[in-house]
Amino acid sequence: MNKYYLGIDLGSTTSKAVIINEKDEIIGRGITNTRANYKVAADIAREEAIYDARFTLLANRIKQDMDSKPEFKRYMTDIRAVFQYRQFKRRMDRLETVLQKTVAEFPYPNKAAVKEKLNEIIETIRPQIRHGFINEDLGSKNQFFRDIVSERYNAEVETKGKSLYEPLMLAFDKSITPVENEMMQFNFKELVFESMKILDEKYRGLADQQEDGSKEDWYYAELNAVKNNYKNVEYTLRQHIEDIVGEEIHISKMVGTGYGRALLPFPEDCIKSEILCHAFGAHAIFPNTRTVLDIGGQDTKAIQVDSHGLVTSFHMNDRCAAGCGRYLGYIADEFGLSLNELGPEAMSATRETTICSTCTVFAGAEVKELLHNGEARPNILAGLHKAIVQRAMSLIARSGGIKNEFTFTGGVARNQAVLKYVRQMVTDSYGEVTMNIHTDSIFMGALGGAMFARRNISADLPMASKTAELVED
Amino acid sequence: MSKEVQKEKSMILQKEMIEGLFNDLSTAKETGKKVCYTFVPGNLSELIRTFDMLPVYPEINALQSAMRKKSAAYIKEAERHAHSEDVCTYVKCDVGMMMKGNIGPTGQVIPEPDILLLSYTGCFTFMKWFETLKREYPNAKVIMIHTPYQENGRITPEMLEYMIEQLKVEVIPQMEAVTGIKFDEGKLKRILALSKEAEDWITKIFDTTKNKPSPIDAYFAGVYYIGPINIGFRGTQEAVEYYKELYSEIQERVRLGLGPITPEGEMKEEKYRLVVEGPPNWTNFREFWKIFYDMGAVIVASSYTKVGGVYDLGWRHDPDRPLESLAEYCMNCYTNMNIPQRIDLLSKYIRDYDADGYITNSIKSCNSFSAGQLAMMREIEDRMEVPVGFIESDLVDPRYFSYSNIKNRLESYFQMLEQRKIIHSTEKVLAHE
Repeated sequence: MNKYYLGIDLGSTTSKAVIINEKDEIIGRGITNTRANYKVAADIAREEAIYDARFTLLANRIKQDMDSKPEFKRYMTDIRAVFQYRQFKRRMDRLETVLQKTVAEFPYPNKAAVKEKLNEIIETIRPQIRHGFINEDLGSKNQFFRDIVSERYNAEVETKGKSLYEPLMLAFDKSITPVENEMMQFNFKELVFESMKILDEKYRGLADQQEDGSKEDWYYAELNAVKNNYKNVEYTLRQHIEDIVGEEIHISKMVGTGYGRALLPFPEDCIKSEILCHAFGAHAIFPNTRTVLDIGGQDTKAIQVDSHGLVTSFHMNDRCAAGCGRYLGYIADEFGLSLNELGPEAMSATRETTICSTCTVFAGAEVKELLHNGEARPNILAGLHKAIVQRAMSLIARSGGIKNEFTFTGGVARNQAVLKYVRQMVTDSYGEVTMNIHTDSIFMGALGGAMFARRNISADLPMASKTAELVED
Repeated sequence: MSKEVQKEKSMILQKEMIEGLFNDLSTAKETGKKVCYTFVPGNLSELIRTFDMLPVYPEINALQSAMRKKSAAYIKEAERHAHSEDVCTYVKCDVGMMMKGNIGPTGQVIPEPDILLLSYTGCFTFMKWFETLKREYPNAKVIMIHTPYQENGRITPEMLEYMIEQLKVEVIPQMEAVTGIKFDEGKLKRILALSKEAEDWITKIFDTTKNKPSPIDAYFAGVYYIGPINIGFRGTQEAVEYYKELYSEIQERVRLGLGPITPEGEMKEEKYRLVVEGPPNWTNFREFWKIFYDMGAVIVASSYTKVGGVYDLGWRHDPDRPLESLAEYCMNCYTNMNIPQRIDLLSKYIRDYDADGYITNSIKSCNSFSAGQLAMMREIEDRMEVPVGFIESDLVDPRYFSYSNIKNRLESYFQMLEQRKIIHSTEKVLAHE
């Protein structure tokens, strides 16, 4: 039986899970933003990572086809998105029930009107979300259930008149958290077959679509290939799915890290500091890393590592949330934006407004003042992003500066505007250094945890396999 | 259990000494003894004793208040009287205590000062502190010597001469005037001889951490050990007896191969040996210590236990050079050494006591300690190639002690040490194959 190792990183904003194989290769990732207790968060993230792992195993089996035939590649991307949609759909159904129940219990005199509008909203956003997943690339946008639903729900509420605004928003606020925090069990096989059915319909309908030149050539190449050959892909997949479903993803060992680590029901030696895990994970992906900057939800860490991925020193901010992901969350709330919209809007700035205060709470007041004075929103956002990076740079300086190579990790590394200022300021202060940012940046802590789990010892070198053998023996 | 009895003996001795001092203080007005407020760094204990005065150390009272969980209320009181949030919390705690009746750690009233003696000016806050006290106690005589900083890493003949001059012209005549006692050099010499003896003993005590396991914790227990020598007992036979006793108790622990004693009993396994820079946090002292001993970390040397005198490098009070050695003592205190000197000293500790790591406890309130701490840490990291850690807390303001943050950092730090230990031992194994 194959052995797999799990790392769980319980952060303040999101919880992440990574499953690796015996070669330290990532085969599954899971992430959740549930604010339920850490146990549920860990379970949800782990379940997601296991589904993801099954897809990876499936992809490995048809690797040859995927490398040579564009339709396979396209089909696998699509099926993952639809699979995710099926999971969302189940949660969405649940949300609808809870929303109805919440409204039914309302003390408002206009309850009937609220109910009517609620149904209208649901009827509007349900197909929007379906369309987004099946026909657009919503599945690849790393958005959480809450973000996807609230973005559309809020937009619809705006159209329903002032008198219903408050009860409709209240209904959502009251309903979303319990639904988000619910642990839902899915049957992988069932969901995959459902997804294949949806794709079947989708590709059948594609026959009439014309190339209009709005997309890259490869897009049409893949599309045409899948349009003509999807039955063949389906046939191949069906041959493997039974095996994949039957295969136990046996987690031999796991390690928990992150802020919530002490609350995990893991034995003490399975709990590791996130400093070590982030460094170990970052070093595994970029072995020449010497300085790691991790901007998480609740803290920012500057970590120096040696050639083995061992931490030599670190510095954290823990006095103030300015300079962390939470700061961005707070700002997003102030502007009524989702977290994902912050970066792109800041990128459209013509200049950066100077934000004097780096205190999260005071910055809110400052922002209001600036808006009042007519400052453009993108410019303010740019200034706020810059302020965060400045805080991080001061932390780096305190930790001993940047040595080549520099790796940037954490959820905030997904924000393009933050990246822009990190690049700028690192180059200004430390000259040309290699800067590594990986799409899996947010998973580095969980990856490091999984790698520690595989080694089953407090520490090990990624390269020195001999070390692991010595200890394992 | 002979070792338990021995352990208690030094503690009893210390307790008796401190109780005796506070008893004397509480009856000073009746007995006619003069009271001299002064600070630990560069303190002129011997001179105070020569004039039969009783010493009061405001910062020691502040830390005692913190350990008795009274500092929060005292600080609040001082802040109510317009002392800003950024003022040293020792000052605010002391001022608050005074405003609330000046009840000392033993529950007895501490008398007003006859003299406010400032013999170390490296800490600017000390000057402002006494300015505040002078307003509260207008009858007190302020005696201040300007202590030159060891800017170039040494004491020059001019610096020494300047200090001696101040002792002769400023300090001694004013002490004579306040106490009505004529300066007796012979008495000072006899006191200095006893000081030297106590200093020899305490140096030997802190040197026992060379043993593995270390029989003592040179920081968390060390702060108790430095009590008598720092708070006015230097130069007494009692102090010599106390340190002799303590040394023999520790020797017994070494003989039995025992580790340090913690509030929860003996430390079973010594996993990490550390050097700590900076004062401890006093409000959560036990919790803070527990994080270390739970992890098997023992502090083998610390700079804080040298604030009352750096004896490691061989310097002693000298009865044959009474005023010269008092002057040198003032200039030799740890925070009066320049940054390269401090780095050399801390590096020596890491080397001599075979430490695995170095931790800075950065204190929000304390400029004397905090200035240069990061630069020192970086230099030590490079020079000694040991993992370094940085934590932040405060002296006596409980609002600045965040248990979970400190624990989180220390946990990470200890895991980092563990990781390196395993790697290094594996490298050794591989090298021998």
